[in-house]
Amino acid sequence: MFESLSQGLGSALRNLSGRGRISEDNVREAMAEVRTALLEADVHVDVVSDFCEEVVAAALGREVTRSLKPGDEMIGIVHERLTELMGPVDSHIMLVEPVPTIVMMCGLQGSGKTTTCGKLAAYLKGRGKSVMVAAADLQRPAAVEQLGIVTAQVDREGRGSAKVHFYAEPEKCAEYGRVTGVAVGVCRRAVKAARNAGVDVVILDTAGRLHIDDALMKELESVNRAVNPHQIYLIVDAMVGQDAVNSAKAFHERLAVDGVILTKFDSDTRGGAALSVKRVTGAPIKFVGTGERFEDLEEFHPQRMAGRILGMGDVVGLVERAQQEVSEDEAERLAEKMAEGRLTMDDFLDQLRSMRRMGPMKQLLGMLPGVGAAMKDMDVDEKQLDRLEGIVHSMTSRERENIKLLNKSRVKRIARGSGTSQGEVNKLTRQFEMLQKMTKQMAGGGMKGRINAIRELSKADPSMIPGMSGMPSLGRRGTTKTTSLKRRFKQRKKGR
Amino acid sequence: MGLFATTAGAIRRVLARTREVMGGSLGGPLSGPLSAEVIDEIEGRLMRADVGPGATTAIIDELRASHRAGRFTGAGDTIEFLKQRLKQRLQAVDRSLLMAPDGPTVILMVGVNGSGKTTSLAKMAASFRSRGQSVIIAAADTYRAAAVSQLEIWADRLDVDIVKGAAGGDPAAVVFDAVTAARARGIDVLLIDTAGRLHTQRNLMRQLTKIRGVAAKKIAGAPHEVLLVLDATAGQNAIRQAEQFKAAVDVTGIFLAKLDGTAKGGIVVAIQDVLGIPVKLIGVGETPDDVETFEPDAFIEAMFEP
Repeated sequence: MFESLSQGLGSALRNLSGRGRISEDNVREAMAEVRTALLEADVHVDVVSDFCEEVVAAALGREVTRSLKPGDEMIGIVHERLTELMGPVDSHIMLVEPVPTIVMMCGLQGSGKTTTCGKLAAYLKGRGKSVMVAAADLQRPAAVEQLGIVTAQVDREGRGSAKVHFYAEPEKCAEYGRVTGVAVGVCRRAVKAARNAGVDVVILDTAGRLHIDDALMKELESVNRAVNPHQIYLIVDAMVGQDAVNSAKAFHERLAVDGVILTKFDSDTRGGAALSVKRVTGAPIKFVGTGERFEDLEEFHPQRMAGRILGMGDVVGLVERAQQEVSEDEAERLAEKMAEGRLTMDDFLDQLRSMRRMGPMKQLLGMLPGVGAAMKDMDVDEKQLDRLEGIVHSMTSRERENIKLLNKSRVKRIARGSGTSQGEVNKLTRQFEMLQKMTKQMAGGGMKGRINAIRELSKADPSMIPGMSGMPSLGRRGTTKTTSLKRRFKQRKKGR
Repeated sequence: MGLFATTAGAIRRVLARTREVMGGSLGGPLSGPLSAEVIDEIEGRLMRADVGPGATTAIIDELRASHRAGRFTGAGDTIEFLKQRLKQRLQAVDRSLLMAPDGPTVILMVGVNGSGKTTSLAKMAASFRSRGQSVIIAAADTYRAAAVSQLEIWADRLDVDIVKGAAGGDPAAVVFDAVTAARARGIDVLLIDTAGRLHTQRNLMRQLTKIRGVAAKKIAGAPHEVLLVLDATAGQNAIRQAEQFKAAVDVTGIFLAKLDGTAKGGIVVAIQDVLGIPVKLIGVGETPDDVETFEPDAFIEAMFEP
């Protein structure tokens, strides 16, 4: 996401930290580097100038010269201004009574409107709202069909029991530019159909168009007048450059955009367009698209995003994802088991799966503070996780209940069954036993036990975490690992 | 090679429309000696055109050096001098498409999601067809919903053959079939459409390498061209895109799409500088005829317009 910008700003401000007290000249010099970082991040040149002026003014107003740690002070100010520029927080979709709430999507070609329609439908479905998605892109070949497939998939596989309907008039499609204006009627009828069906939200997927194509922009204005949408969202590619300002301005002038959705945020773009578009339209950035799956739509949080820019990580976002994936019942059941030290291989498998549902490992790790930069060039081996699942699948249910049953011959069988080596199976059982022990201590061992468990955890070798052997060491100390392994081995023998 | 229209007027025409709509004025070219004010103005214009801070700094440094060396005097027009230098720099590259001496010419289209691969491919197919060359299209985007249908509609409109696989199938298998078909039928040009992918998705980039390998194995010298389709609105991240795609499939040229908007596509200056990948074709509209060869002169002129 914003990682590269974080690096840029980080280095600019680190230079500042090394200098002790700072003067106006120092601030201006640091701002030159901030300016370059922002320009490299594709923030519009005018927005950058304004931003830098504001930060300098704020910095001098606060008498930074007297601060002992000028770097920290500056990071604080830059963070604050970035947050302000991208905020306020608003990922609320206004829903109206009587239904339906009408949402119109618009944007340039290839910005990701159709995919985002599917994501938004999935988001609403997950919150118990029934949705109708209407295909008003009659220009691009097979756009209607694409939306139909996406909608059907969301209806079938999306979280929640609400229905996702699809509305289309495929016979109205024609070659580009030949059917300008027809979309108005399609939208009007779609809204009518949605009203009759009593769905909560109707999403209109319009054709991508250039902001300077007058005929097609007029068509959008006509749709706007005809159905009077409650919300108009502008879809913006996060990889876009300086021109984001021109297109966003044009769409906003004609339609008064209510919100912005940034797409393709899972690329390594610095995403400075977010700042520019927000500044030009004043409309809140509602969501960001972070992957190819229809679940990959996240709420936009300016303060977190500003945190990301400055390399502070996105812990809140990670927790939020975990909450979405693990139901409360499941968590409670697991906590009980952990307290009794009854954690089984099946629970481990469940955990592994729900973790993977949260998204690719690399994306998750990127959200942790400090990890972002280190992870930039690392390849997380998702296959390694597949192998782990394979190993557990090759165990009998009795073995999964009681890992101590494993002897050499069983290990051999499991390795053969899962296409792995005996070493890998042993490694997994060792890790699992450690986990079992720790959770037991954490849950029931009183204060002392808990402290011991945490100590144990901090000693753990990061390479024990599956699929992450390439990760830089997290500063492991001491060599108690061998002895504790021996001890565990003895314990296991005793237990058998 | 004269295959595509070369009227430099197209960019100007489009730009005129842009100015009209955006209500911008040309603002007289900056004359006079190289002053801080002139540099600021140049910097602003290059930046707005997405040339980027890196390349912009390099360009201005070069300008300063020329100024010091007395290669232009205070009386000259700084911007005119700069334009000339940039044109020279972009001019020195061969932009023609490499065509196979005999047997099918294979052209692979790659790029990130939504950059305009399918439309650009259709435009190329139309151009080859209008010259009487036989064309076959390989629909190797088996991932995105209805991508094959989109290409089928184009194939139907342009009256060219299409080879496709099952949705969700192996794109390399589609390419294998297409190459076989192109050879068996004695086709002149094979155009391969691939699924859009972000350059950060390593698995998908590896898949692309495999696709390229399949074509290379069947026909010596194939693919003759690997065109990275780049959205003219793209920002600095396009350099990363070009880097990664070059590493995966050895990109031979850029198809700069959607140049009919207000975006200037200045990032290609940096891409040619840093990676040596030239722009070969540009897309300037939605109809199959809206494809042209890249004219550095017109492009540079357009870049400096406010």
